[in-house]
Amino acid sequence: MERTVLDLWVGIFVAAGIAALLVLALKVGSAGTTFNVGETYRVAAEFDNIGGLKVRAPVKSAGVVVGRVDDIQFENQRFVARVVMKIDQRYQFPKDTSVSILTSGLLGEQYIGLEAGGDSAMLKDGDKLKITQSAVVLEKLIGQFLYNKAAEGGAK
Amino acid sequence: MPERVLKNLRGIGHEVVNGIWRLGYASRFFLLTLARSATSFRRFGLTIKEIYFAGVLSLIIIIVSGLFVGMVLALQGYETLQKYGAAEAVGTLVALSLTRELGPVVAALLFASRAGSAMTAEIGLMKATEQITAMEMMAVDPIARVIGPRFWGGVLSMPLLAAMFSVVGVFGGYLIAVVLIGVDEGAFWSQMQNAVDFRQDVVNGVIKSMVFGVAVTAIALFEGYDAPPTAEGVSGATTRTVVTSSLAILGLDFVLTAFMFKGI
Repeated sequence: MERTVLDLWVGIFVAAGIAALLVLALKVGSAGTTFNVGETYRVAAEFDNIGGLKVRAPVKSAGVVVGRVDDIQFENQRFVARVVMKIDQRYQFPKDTSVSILTSGLLGEQYIGLEAGGDSAMLKDGDKLKITQSAVVLEKLIGQFLYNKAAEGGAK
Repeated sequence: MPERVLKNLRGIGHEVVNGIWRLGYASRFFLLTLARSATSFRRFGLTIKEIYFAGVLSLIIIIVSGLFVGMVLALQGYETLQKYGAAEAVGTLVALSLTRELGPVVAALLFASRAGSAMTAEIGLMKATEQITAMEMMAVDPIARVIGPRFWGGVLSMPLLAAMFSVVGVFGGYLIAVVLIGVDEGAFWSQMQNAVDFRQDVVNGVIKSMVFGVAVTAIALFEGYDAPPTAEGVSGATTRTVVTSSLAILGLDFVLTAFMFKGI
């Protein structure tokens, strides 16, 4: 086969392969959200129980994803879970923002919900959020419900 | 009786020694190919020709298989997922299976049977017709001139073929799930994008396909170079290429998966 035809075909092949890699990265995967590492700030929060929260779980406010969970560690001094979140620099929250661990859907994944407070000072990199609400543990909820039922039955 | 035991023991010993000798020979051959691959890049035209034979000519089978694998995954996944009311997750299922496992593995299996066997047969026949000896006579290094460009052509083609397989597969899944069955298009793509991580899934898939590319081409070239110079020898070597490289792909895939996804 002639050299130029060969080169053309190989060129098409390599270009299509690289295009396929780009599609995998951008359309199938979510490289867009992983790349903007420089434009985030980190805040920490402590929870009594994080349930099934995982690293890279979304941080949402009003249902919009504003960041990701960056790190989860067990704090051995006070026996709580310390969760570090990376929040997009474009979104600023007051210092008294409350954090809770919520579940999307009945059996869905767990995420962190931020509810803005009224403080005029904004959160900075390395701050700690003080108002936290732990994940709901289904067994505890059922236990409490049964206990309340029993207490009602006793009162009658 | 002891005669027979001794004979059997000698047979086992012979097999083991032979196997280890062959393994050592294959490793030396592989290292020699790497050491003399400068020619493949200095005269890149040779490598381009091999990319054409290994990569471009494998495109049809890769694209058609990818499309059908994606479509079947979507059909089967939808059947099961809709029982739990999670039909939108079919995009996640198709994309994760393809980028993590099926893309690299099935593309490499097809590559081994389409391009690997051709390489073995070609080199085996070159050896049988004494072309390789003739090159040595003319002071042309056959490893640098024949083996090297084929090796790099295969290694460079494999990740590209695997990526195309995955993309076409995802497109096939989209055709079945969204166009044919009518899963919501926005949910299909957004759930997929949420679940597929660039570093964890896409990059690991590419690393896998690179490893498979090296394994398949190295096995194919070695079997061809080592083939007895007869018609039976070449046919046996071609069969061994397909069997050995398929087993190598599956074994390596297990090891790589165990390392890459152990935390999940």
